[in-house]
Amino acid sequence: MSERVLMKGNEAFGEAAIRGGCRYYVGYPITPQNELTEFMSREMSKRGGKFVQAESELASINMAYGIAAAGGNVFVSSASPGIALMQEGLSFICSAELPLVALNVSRGGPGIGGIQPGQADYNQVTRGGGNGDYHIPVFAPASIQESIDMLYDAFSLADEWRNPIMILADGMIGQMMEPVTLPEPKIPVSEAEIAIRKPWALSGTKKGNRSVVKSLRMQPNDLEKHVEKLFEKYRQAEKELVKYDTDRIEDAEVVFVSFGTTARIVSEVIDMLTEDGIKAGLIRPISLWPFPEEAFSKLNPKTKVVISAELNMGQMMTDVKAAVCGRFPVRLINRTGGIIPTSLEIYERAKKILGEYR
Amino acid sequence: MRTIFEPTKGMLPVDTSYCPGCTHGIAHRLIMECVEEKGRLGDTLGVSPIGCSVVAHEFMNIDMCESAHGRAPAVAAGLRRVHPNHLIFTYQGDGDLASIGAAEIIHAANRGEKFTTFFINNAIYGMTGGQMAPTTLIGQKSTTSVEGRKKEVNGMPLRVSELLATIDGAVFVERVALNSPANIRKARRAVMKALEVQEKGLGFSFVEFLSACPTNWGYQPIDALKWLTENMIPYYPLGNLRCPEEVK
Repeated sequence: MSERVLMKGNEAFGEAAIRGGCRYYVGYPITPQNELTEFMSREMSKRGGKFVQAESELASINMAYGIAAAGGNVFVSSASPGIALMQEGLSFICSAELPLVALNVSRGGPGIGGIQPGQADYNQVTRGGGNGDYHIPVFAPASIQESIDMLYDAFSLADEWRNPIMILADGMIGQMMEPVTLPEPKIPVSEAEIAIRKPWALSGTKKGNRSVVKSLRMQPNDLEKHVEKLFEKYRQAEKELVKYDTDRIEDAEVVFVSFGTTARIVSEVIDMLTEDGIKAGLIRPISLWPFPEEAFSKLNPKTKVVISAELNMGQMMTDVKAAVCGRFPVRLINRTGGIIPTSLEIYERAKKILGEYR
Repeated sequence: MRTIFEPTKGMLPVDTSYCPGCTHGIAHRLIMECVEEKGRLGDTLGVSPIGCSVVAHEFMNIDMCESAHGRAPAVAAGLRRVHPNHLIFTYQGDGDLASIGAAEIIHAANRGEKFTTFFINNAIYGMTGGQMAPTTLIGQKSTTSVEGRKKEVNGMPLRVSELLATIDGAVFVERVALNSPANIRKARRAVMKALEVQEKGLGFSFVEFLSACPTNWGYQPIDALKWLTENMIPYYPLGNLRCPEEVK
C-alpha cells in the first residue's frame, strides 16, 4: 500500500532512492542538497544500505565508481560546483559502462555562484562537462512527486542501460515541501545475486570469469570501436528515453518551453494569458538529454513565437532552436543568479514579446 | 618428478609492457605470490592507477579495475563497501599517489579503510616521460626540472610513509626497496604482513617500494639500482614505521 505524506524535496529524494533499490549512497556537504546527505546518513544503515561521507566530490564520484564496478546500486548527489568536480568521474563511468544514479540539486553559477535555485547547469548536464564522446540521460522533475517517481525508476534504468542516469532538480524542488505518495519499496538485490546478475562486476575470479573494468584504450582502432559501440546505445536511448509533457499547444499562438520549477510558474502564466483570450501552450521537456525534439513537430502553423523560459542566460535555447528548425521565432524569458521570476513578470514579458509578432 | 619451482598463478603468462630494468615486474610478482600463498586469488580485487601500471590488470590474474588519476583509494573504498571480506588493494605510483591523489590516500588512511595500498616510489613520472614528481630528490634532473630539483622552488621530496604513519588509521606502514635480493625478500615479508593486517580487519595497510626507472632516470638497469641504493635509500630510510601487535 502506498503512503501519502508531506515531505521536503531533499528528504523525498533519499526516501525514493532507497525504495527504488539504492543500496549505497556517497555524499559530500554542499548547499542546497544537505538535507539529503543528512537523511541518508540516518537512514541507510537502518534500511540495509551503506552511507559514506567522502572527503570531496572527486572522491565521492570515484567511491561510487568503485561501488558500481563491484555491482552495487549506488547513488551520489551534489549541487552545481560539486557536480562540476564529478565530471572526470562521470566521463570515466560512461566509458566503463557502469550503472549509477546522480542527482544535481542545482543553484546559481558560474564559479561558486550562489546557493539559490538555478538552472544554469543545463549545458553541464546535457553536454557532459567531462572529456570525450559520451552522453548521460538527464531527467528534470517539476515537482517532488515527479522526483520521487524518477528516482524510484532510476536505479533499474541505470542497470538496464549500464550508464549513469542524472536527475536535475533545481534548488527550489530540493528545499520545498509537498504532499507525496511514496511507492512500495523494491526488494534489494543481495551481494550474492550481484555475481550472477552482473558477471562483468568485480567480485573475484572464483565466480568463474575474470572481470576487468576499464576506460583506457591505447590503440586508436580499439577506442574508436568502443566509442561507436557506446553511441549505438546512445542512439537507442535517444529513441526510448525521450520524455515530455505538453499543455494546450494544439492551437497556441505562443508556446513556452520550460522545465523544472520554471515550468510550474509558466503553467500559471498560461492560465493568465488564457484569461486574456491569448492562446498559450507549454512544452515541458522531462528528459533534457535526449531533448524532446519530436514535441515540436506538434506545434501548429498558427504559432507566432516560441519562448524558452529558463533560470539561466538561455542555455536551452540551442536545443529549442534546433528543434524549431527555423519554423518560428524563438525568444527567451529568463532570470539568473538564483532569482525566480513571478508569474506576473513572465506574463508581462511574454505579452510584450507576443505584441511584436501579432 | 617433484616440482621445485613454478611461476605464480597470480601472474598471467604474458610479457609485461614494462621497460628493461623496471621494478614494476618484481613488485607485481611479489604481491601476486603473496595473494596466491594466502589462497585468495579467487576473491582478491585490485585497483590500478594512472601511470605505467594502469595496465597491471593485463598481467595480474585477478578481478581488477582502472581508476582515474590519483583516485584509486576512493575506488577501493567503494569496492570495500560492496565486498566486506575480499582482499582489496590499490597499486599506485608516486605521481598518482603523492601528487594528484594526495587527498584520497590521506583520507583513506584516516578512515582506516581496510585495504592495502602498494606504493611504487621511483622518484619520477614514468608513463608521461620523466617529469618531476613530489618524490623527486633534490638535485635530481627531470624533464620539468632540467637543472635538478630545487628546494626553494619545489620544496623537499615528500616522505609519504612518514606522513601516513602519523595517522591512527594507517596501522601498518613499511618502506622497502627492490634493489637487491635481500631487500626483495624483506619486501615480500612486508607484503604478507600488510595483507594479514587487512585479513584481520585491523585498519589501513601501506607498503612503499623504492623502485627503479632506468628509462627516465637515464641509466642502465644495474646503474639504476646503484643510483637507488646510493641516493634514494639515504633520503627514504627503509624499515617499518607502524605495525600492529597482532602481526608482529
